[in-house]
Amino acid sequence: MATTRRSTRLRKPARRLKIARRNGVLKTTLANGLTVILKENHNAPVATFWCWYKVGSRHEWSGITGISHWVEHMLFKGTKTFPKAMVDKIVSREGGLWNGMTWLDFTTYFETLPVAKIDVALQIESDRMVNSLFAPKDVESERTVIISERQGNENNPQFLLGESMQAAAFVAHGYHHETIGHLCDLHALTRDDLFGHYKTYYAPNNCVAVAVGAFDAKDMLARIDKSFGRIKPGPALPRIASVEPEQKGERRVTVDGDGATAYIDVAYRVPEARHADFPALVVLDAILAGASGLSLFGGGTTNASSRLYRALVDTELATNVAGSMVPTHDPYLYTISATVRQGHTPAEVEAALDAELQKVIDQAPAQEEVDKAIKQAKAQFAYGSESVTNQGFWYGFSEMFADYAWFEDYLPRLSRVTVGDVHRVAQDYLLKGRRTVGYYVPKQGGGMKDEG
Amino acid sequence: MKAKRKALTHHVSRITDIPGPDTIHRREHPNGMVVLVKENFTNPVVVIDGVLNFGSVDVKRAQAGLASFMASVIMRGTQRRTFQQVYEAIESVGAAVDVSAGLNRSGFGTKSLAEDLPLVIDILADVLQNPTFPEAEVEKERGEILTDLEERANDTQRTASLTFRELLYPAEHPYSISGSGYVETIRALKRDDLERFYRERVGAQGMIVTIVGAVKAEDVFRMWEDAFGNWTGARTEHAPLPDAPRLTEMRRKSALVPGKTQSDLVLGCIGPARAAPDYFSAALCNSVLGRFGMMGRLGAKVREKGGMAYYAYSVLEGGLGPGAWNVVAGVNPANVDRAVKLIIGEIKRICDTKIPAKELSDNKAFITGSLPLRLETNDGVADQITNMELYGLGLDYLLKYTDMVNVITAAQVQAAAQKYFDPDAYALAVAGPIGDRLAG
Repeated sequence: MATTRRSTRLRKPARRLKIARRNGVLKTTLANGLTVILKENHNAPVATFWCWYKVGSRHEWSGITGISHWVEHMLFKGTKTFPKAMVDKIVSREGGLWNGMTWLDFTTYFETLPVAKIDVALQIESDRMVNSLFAPKDVESERTVIISERQGNENNPQFLLGESMQAAAFVAHGYHHETIGHLCDLHALTRDDLFGHYKTYYAPNNCVAVAVGAFDAKDMLARIDKSFGRIKPGPALPRIASVEPEQKGERRVTVDGDGATAYIDVAYRVPEARHADFPALVVLDAILAGASGLSLFGGGTTNASSRLYRALVDTELATNVAGSMVPTHDPYLYTISATVRQGHTPAEVEAALDAELQKVIDQAPAQEEVDKAIKQAKAQFAYGSESVTNQGFWYGFSEMFADYAWFEDYLPRLSRVTVGDVHRVAQDYLLKGRRTVGYYVPKQGGGMKDEG
Repeated sequence: MKAKRKALTHHVSRITDIPGPDTIHRREHPNGMVVLVKENFTNPVVVIDGVLNFGSVDVKRAQAGLASFMASVIMRGTQRRTFQQVYEAIESVGAAVDVSAGLNRSGFGTKSLAEDLPLVIDILADVLQNPTFPEAEVEKERGEILTDLEERANDTQRTASLTFRELLYPAEHPYSISGSGYVETIRALKRDDLERFYRERVGAQGMIVTIVGAVKAEDVFRMWEDAFGNWTGARTEHAPLPDAPRLTEMRRKSALVPGKTQSDLVLGCIGPARAAPDYFSAALCNSVLGRFGMMGRLGAKVREKGGMAYYAYSVLEGGLGPGAWNVVAGVNPANVDRAVKLIIGEIKRICDTKIPAKELSDNKAFITGSLPLRLETNDGVADQITNMELYGLGLDYLLKYTDMVNVITAAQVQAAAQKYFDPDAYALAVAGPIGDRLAG
């Protein structure tokens, strides 16, 4: 194993690093720029380890869309120390689970293991941060796997609609394409493109390492320093400074496709996660479309008592409605999505949606509605904190657009939101002139009046 | 380094808490329900995981979807609460309450903060004991189901799965019938059909409920008994399941889902029930075939080597009856036949050749070593305890689990593969842009 060939000398980073401790969370930066966040959690004999890289589809442009995600796949293709036939099995053999994810602002990798085995994660992640092979043969076999992944996504009408929505909503900013990338780019990208992207963004100074679990934090820090401390910092990162210009007027897209069911998405431009209005927008979303889950692995609650459910589903125009207010590094979208009920049209749903949104623009919500949203968030926060994997996700994810304190302070910030705040953000952001409306129109008679 | 390792293992021994007879509190009640409680005060959450003694197996094809339709409408109004009042109460405290039908048995589940458990139990008791099946709510639900069935017809995964079950089981076997129903059956079901099914099938007899979380066992027993102790409801027996003979030939069907860029395929045979003596051997075999590492041997061959699919894995259903044991893959329509050939090749290999000792021990280590992860959350613990009760595994099941897995031999794994899989006789359903190429 890799560790037996490395120095067994344990450095003592706690003595030379500036360490911030807050609510049981330890945060520090190693000499090579690696940010480390540790949280002890002794509820179960497990631990999770994550490496978060600040690179995602935001850092891509036409011609290289999908490259960050493809690089993520290549990190599962092995190094000299952990060849691909072996690396697959190591985590499983230790009773763990692992995966990688790429999205708008990040690429991340995690292992969750019985705590006594967590060193395996440190060995794999420190190794593949710099030593991944990108063998040409593996690049080619992964090309067809990723095209297959995209084709699976394309089978879903809501993916097709969402992709068109992003493309319409963003002109200049990298948020304008799906993380999976365009098919033409997946055909055209080369091994050198991928390897260059890897060498640019994969370095300790562009990474946040997070561990949560039943360990001793100082001991874990020493272990992380031992595995990662000798990796040299990478070069200066490319400047990605796209700023989406102001939207002047509503944009509309239509996707024609198969099936018999119509869908509608309505997306409003909203600010980034660090913005002072973000908490009020989260409360607004809860009032409109129900509480959002804070669990990485689903488990959100129902939303039948929300305003939009009553206006769209209870009235039998739609069969479900959902709101999506996601934290991002740069200004993104608040998206309301609905499945149009058999016998109705997207236009009918849109009209009812507009009428309902107008109410929250015209009149401040009741205090009870704000209180309910905060209680819901409190419950979701508790559910989300049950698993170390989920906590590791949030500590790292929040570092991608703010810092870990964003997650720690989530409930207190929400608790300070007033009815006036919610009313004001409804007026400021639910603007027709700054939204994109999308219809998925099915070929097979969807949207027609019911046969009765 | 050694000293540090010691520190880690110290923590492990201190907090390891595998649920067993000493920590699971169990009570049987005169009305036929069994209540199991596991305390966990490490977080403020409580979950309830329940099993109800009815399923879509109790429904004939002409009324397909009845159990599921009824279970959905149970939540839509009671003698005390309207649909909106039910959900306002639940959602106001950020809780989740769900009742849904399953194949052999149905279930309910809740999640809430411990402080809201009394409310959640009150609502569960209300919806399970006093549903009124309001006509308007039945029609709302009917429209939602019909729209969902429209979506199913445009979904390659769901269409492939449905087609697979129709190929694998005899036409009148309940396992071949869609639990969600079909457009014509959902349209034909009446409100009174739902209520009748409820009266005939839903009751305390055979109910299993597991409650895990930050609540004292005595308190939760009292709460549950107050809410459900006087409930009887329906007392019925399940008709014995008809035979599900193993296939003696290959059956293939390609269902057309127009306009798709990917085909989904499901390929497999009838597997063991959960309580079958060779279930563990089959589970180990399934791990080798399509789970371990990156989707086992199937992932290595179809995805990693063939570059043909984003996913190719296997599923062992288990359950109370003869569930399926099948492979699932999503591939380009042009690659379906090549992928099937690779999958069949792997099935043949696992039937013909004993698994090497290292591969067997790796898979055992995965199955046993991942237990702490499966027991990390209240949901995970509740799921395990419910299964112990439902399948008669015994409350000491998890304590014996590692030993039970470790005694399995390569010969037993091979025997399970040979018993259930036949590389020449299986069902294969494909759903995608290419329709059936076989006559009939």
